[in-house]
Amino acid sequence: MNAIIEARGFGVSYGGSAVLRGVDLAIRRNKITAIIGPAGSGKTTFLRCINRLSDLAPGLGVTGGLSLDGRDVYATETDVADLRRRAGMVFAVPIPLPRSVYENVVFGPKLLGVRSRAKLDEIVERTLRAAVLWEEVKDRLNVSGLKLSGGQQQRLCLARTLALEPQVLLLDEPCSGLDPISTAKIEEAMQDLKSSLTVVLVTNNVKQAARASDRTAFFLMGELVEEGPTADIFTSPRDSRTNDYIVGRFG
Amino acid sequence: MRIPPKVVHYSVLTFLWAVTLGTVGTLCVIIGWVLVKGLPAITPGFLFSAPEGAGREGGIFPVIVGTLWVILGAVLIATPLGVGTSIFLVEYTRENWVTRVIRFGADCLAGIPSIIFGLFGYVFFVVALGFRWSILSGALTLALMSLPTIIRTSEVALRAVPPQYREVSYALGATRWQMVLRVVIPGSLPGIVTGIVLAMGRSMSETAAVIFTAGTVLPDSVPTSPGDSVRTLAVHFYLLAVEGLSEKNAFGTAAILVLSILVINVGAYTLMHRFLARYR
Repeated sequence: MNAIIEARGFGVSYGGSAVLRGVDLAIRRNKITAIIGPAGSGKTTFLRCINRLSDLAPGLGVTGGLSLDGRDVYATETDVADLRRRAGMVFAVPIPLPRSVYENVVFGPKLLGVRSRAKLDEIVERTLRAAVLWEEVKDRLNVSGLKLSGGQQQRLCLARTLALEPQVLLLDEPCSGLDPISTAKIEEAMQDLKSSLTVVLVTNNVKQAARASDRTAFFLMGELVEEGPTADIFTSPRDSRTNDYIVGRFG
Repeated sequence: MRIPPKVVHYSVLTFLWAVTLGTVGTLCVIIGWVLVKGLPAITPGFLFSAPEGAGREGGIFPVIVGTLWVILGAVLIATPLGVGTSIFLVEYTRENWVTRVIRFGADCLAGIPSIIFGLFGYVFFVVALGFRWSILSGALTLALMSLPTIIRTSEVALRAVPPQYREVSYALGATRWQMVLRVVIPGSLPGIVTGIVLAMGRSMSETAAVIFTAGTVLPDSVPTSPGDSVRTLAVHFYLLAVEGLSEKNAFGTAAILVLSILVINVGAYTLMHRFLARYR
């Protein structure tokens, strides 16, 4: 099986109380995997463990195994900054940094020491095109990122993450605050991107999972209930709780 | 009977206008009075020549230069220490008893009268370390006095940077230091600069702490080394006034003091805005 992220008996606790328990999940390369589940089911926690942003909260405890491209995420020798470049994340709320559109996109490459103007220009155009934003901002790259509309800001954040050239794109409810047109543009970008990287999409919107993903994983109360091709999960789930959630009986 | 909302609104508005005018008016009257009395004394000769007859005649050039050295020294010493401490407190530690002790210490320092700093500077820098009455002793003492202001204002400014900016920086592969340098410091610079400028203004107008440490002797030539004793503008003004040597020159000195503080404020904010133009 061609998995890029593998969790084996993976568990997470904060200050002793378990948030995730015994998760066994293989996320396949060049696919869009949606993670769905009600609030508090641990889906965002799982996502934030992949790039270790979870480290920022105090009292984190991790059990079991989690690997990205065959490398143990929680090994002591892991270079966390490098891990976060390999697993780029886009947050639920768009957070452009207070600087120009251009400077937002090249933030990551500049941290790595890329200085060549030509190289940076190339990165900006390529990633903004990939994020379906180029046509809207190509004439105002020097405008503050904070001046864009919410939907444009989120695509700017996507371009900024793509500039890291990640292997995996972690999207944490990226469309939760967006209008349908901006949402469609983000979904369009995801479809184009999956030939070159793997997308993990946490979403509260079951319809988005059905429409935009190849595979779906259903989390409930800190456990993985089931994972499979999206078409199967939505037409013939193996577990009755999955069915209940999808048809809107709870959550 | 209920007072009509309109009456309440206009009464409050009138009251607020009155107190604001009162505050700003008092400030303008004080500064205006100093300038009106002092400006006529300010001539190129006054600015650029040495004093004669203990300040009765001549100018204040050595005093201006001495003041600049002391203030510059104090800021150069206090800024890295103060800003560094606040970065450590906000970015490199979690809240615990150590940070509380440091913060409590800074608050205590802020409450100590400047003459106590002067005494400490005299005992420690002037006598124990053998720096004598000098620019160095004065600068070190003023730096200590400025530290609490710089630490606390910088700390508030650093905390005001949205935590999401830190999270985003980490998510984009920044190390902690890269995050601090590229996101947190630019974001908090206005507050940090305000603290430094406040501290400079206080240092500039300080008398008690520098009398003990930088000296009071009126130099007849421009100081050339950190070991030279100087008399600062504030001290010069104080001595001219209390000894009744020259009211004209006293007010001239006071006007220079007020104008310098104004120039420092405007200069610092202009520089800062030029730097921050990239970050909005």
